[in-house]
Amino acid sequence: MTWVVALVTLLVVFPVVVFLLNNVLKEATAITGSIDRIAAAARAGSKDLDAAPLLLTTQQQVRDTVANVAAYGGSLDVIVDDA
Amino acid sequence: MSAAGAVLLVAVVLIVLALVFYLVSVIFALRKITAGLDTTITAVTEIIAKSEPVNPIVADINANLDAAVDALEGLLVKKAGLPEAMGLVEGLYPGAKAEGLRNFPDSATVRSPRIGEVYTRGTLTLARLGREAPIAAASPNGPALRDARYGSSVSRTLYPTARPARSPIIGTDSPIQYEAEDADPSAV
Repeated sequence: MTWVVALVTLLVVFPVVVFLLNNVLKEATAITGSIDRIAAAARAGSKDLDAAPLLLTTQQQVRDTVANVAAYGGSLDVIVDDA
Repeated sequence: MSAAGAVLLVAVVLIVLALVFYLVSVIFALRKITAGLDTTITAVTEIIAKSEPVNPIVADINANLDAAVDALEGLLVKKAGLPEAMGLVEGLYPGAKAEGLRNFPDSATVRSPRIGEVYTRGTLTLARLGREAPIAAASPNGPALRDARYGSSVSRTLYPTARPARSPIIGTDSPIQYEAEDADPSAV
């Protein structure tokens, strides 16, 4: 009986345990690679947004342009007769 | 210890060693994952902070552009009339009439003239005068109607010596009364 238990433990339980643990380790290692790629993408995205403050300049330029267009339109409204 | 017991012991020891090896490896992998997630979270936090003012700024830009579009469309329709305005839009941007103007629901369906070329009022005035306007060259009525040099010389004869420093004074207080002496003084 002891021989059976010993052989089962050695030839069945041990390989199964190694197989399962190996798969767990493989998946954990795969997650590490994915996390590294996500971190790199997030860093790149953050760097891309460094230009976001330029929107303030764009905003001001749009305001100025619209003001000039309004002034020009007002002048045209005076100069050109209505339909 | 019997041989079977020794084999069992070896199997158990091997299982424990495998557990230790793999679990420690998993622990190290999880620590790397944690470090990677920390980096990711930091970068995502930066993204959130940097993109936070984007929305109101873009909304403000869009509001300004909307106001400009509304004003220009209104001005165009006011000055040209809706049919001519849409004809002009279609002439300049073929296919744009189908979209219509935002504040004029009838603009997409209004019957508009086909406007192939657009001339400013100044160009048309020059064309009528027959002066150097490109449109006059292809006028069906022939070339220039007036001679620019002749017109200029004729106008120059009004002041043969020199132009007066100021315009003639007119009105009741003017030094020279142009009104006829026998004119009815009660007439306005």
